[in-house]
Amino acid sequence: MKMKMLHDTKLMFIRNMQHTLRSPVFVFVSMFQPLMYLLLFMPLLNALGGVPGLPAGKTVDIFIPGLLVLQALFGTAFVGFSLIDDIRTGVIERFLVTPVKRPAILLGRVLRDAVVLLLQCVLITLVALPFGLNVNIEGFLLSLLLYALIGITMASISYGFALIYKIEDPLAPTLNTITLPLSLLSGIILPLALAPLWLQDLAKINPFSYTVNAARALFAGNFQNIGILEGFIVISVLAILVFLWGLRSLKKMAS
Amino acid sequence: MIGDLVIETKGLRKTFLSKEKGEKKEVEAVKGIDLTVRKGEIFGFLGPNGAGKSTTQKMLSTLLCPTGGEAKVLGYDLAEQQEQIRQNVGCVSQAGGADLSSTGVENLVLQAQLYGLDTLTARKYAAEFAERFQMNSFIERPAQSYSGGQKRRLDIALGMIHHPQLLLLDEPTSGLDPQSRAYLWGEIKKLKAGGVTIFLTTQYMDEADKLCDTIAIIDNGKIIVTGTPEELKSSVGGDAIVFSFLSEETARNAETLLKEKVQVERIQTKDNSVYLTVKDGERMMPELLRSLDARNLEAQTVTLSRPSLDDVFLKYTGRSLREDERK
Repeated sequence: MKMKMLHDTKLMFIRNMQHTLRSPVFVFVSMFQPLMYLLLFMPLLNALGGVPGLPAGKTVDIFIPGLLVLQALFGTAFVGFSLIDDIRTGVIERFLVTPVKRPAILLGRVLRDAVVLLLQCVLITLVALPFGLNVNIEGFLLSLLLYALIGITMASISYGFALIYKIEDPLAPTLNTITLPLSLLSGIILPLALAPLWLQDLAKINPFSYTVNAARALFAGNFQNIGILEGFIVISVLAILVFLWGLRSLKKMAS
Repeated sequence: MIGDLVIETKGLRKTFLSKEKGEKKEVEAVKGIDLTVRKGEIFGFLGPNGAGKSTTQKMLSTLLCPTGGEAKVLGYDLAEQQEQIRQNVGCVSQAGGADLSSTGVENLVLQAQLYGLDTLTARKYAAEFAERFQMNSFIERPAQSYSGGQKRRLDIALGMIHHPQLLLLDEPTSGLDPQSRAYLWGEIKKLKAGGVTIFLTTQYMDEADKLCDTIAIIDNGKIIVTGTPEELKSSVGGDAIVFSFLSEETARNAETLLKEKVQVERIQTKDNSVYLTVKDGERMMPELLRSLDARNLEAQTVTLSRPSLDDVFLKYTGRSLREDERK
């Protein structure tokens, strides 16, 4: 039983990876946004060093882990479009009439998305090194797991809505509506320490603000920081919940 | 294991919830149908667009959960044994479902692997089907470059890759040019000759007529009539025969003679021609001509037309199959 799930997930992962590798340029195109932040926005932040939450001389170290969360959010948020294409051409229905394990159809996709995301995260980090980034290497490696979980969460949400709508038009506005407040309430662009109290309280119910805290602690190598554990717990639970929701949409798709 | 019956349904129903102007409405797509499909036959499921054909097929392929009724596919219970049904049934949807950016081979190999075959066997089967459906010249190209007929061949190969005993085909030739249609009809007949039972939905009368051993006509979610094409056509009435003569007088004399000679269902003379409807027109024809000759009533032209499935559909539904589309 478990063997079949593994077997089917591997098949689906390879199939989706082949699709990605057929046009690898898109892996880099979706890195454009974080690179722009890195090149055109981070210099502004450097000048702000010294304000609450942004110690002078450490702005790069604070900004980059958050930027990778941003990439995890926006880089995977729109993967649902590829699924709509597969729904329209009947590919998903063809998979569903075979004995393939249903979770494998989604797992193969979200795992591909996670792998693509990790490649992007590594590349962005490398680009950030010349800008003076100090990063704890063990912490960085552990943070990749965190980003992967964020990617899986966002991809599952995206696929879930794709399976419900089955057409492109409402998908982009829905996903934008979700990702924009989530990213603003995570203290990625500017530290939340600058925010009024009500905004800080609001950020506390945003699961992604915990992941940003965890990522920053990991980059700094503060492994005792409780925020790391909190971040992992929050994002793991969320990832499982939205994946199950996406799976339910897949099973309900036909009816 | 399954005996003679490959598909057996009793009161199979499907209702959808649809929202119209904010109001939730139940739409009954399939209103309780009884089907029996026998081993080795091509069973035609004939009806206009929106009659419930695809919905029925989706239920039989486990894609849709029936709202009511029961069904056995290959002896497996549709509600309980979906895994077994999926493993043993082949299914080709209307959309086809080939992955367009992948090549034909990649499509076929993955499909075989999804049925649990190892890579080596999957490659072997893919090559086998490429040969069998004459796809070798294009099978290594991405499917998006295929013509309609080529893509359809790949679709059917995808449905057949695991050598199922039952193949569900949803409108296999819709949108194809005549040549590709004829080719596919040949292939479908070959599948049948190979022992595969085929459940074929179609909205084409000629397709059902040429291919199917049994036809069920579905309209508005209900099966209206089931039978062999011959049975259905003869249920409409006899064959129409028209004799034309040189003069109206000869025609009138011929009418009197023909009335004595054979049991006609309808006969009338108009101008120089006699129109009659008889059972088994093909067999009657030589005898009718001989009798006319014996009285020196020389027919100038003779036409015989058999009732078509169009007439059948018209008889049972009161409208023509294409009527809805013309509107």
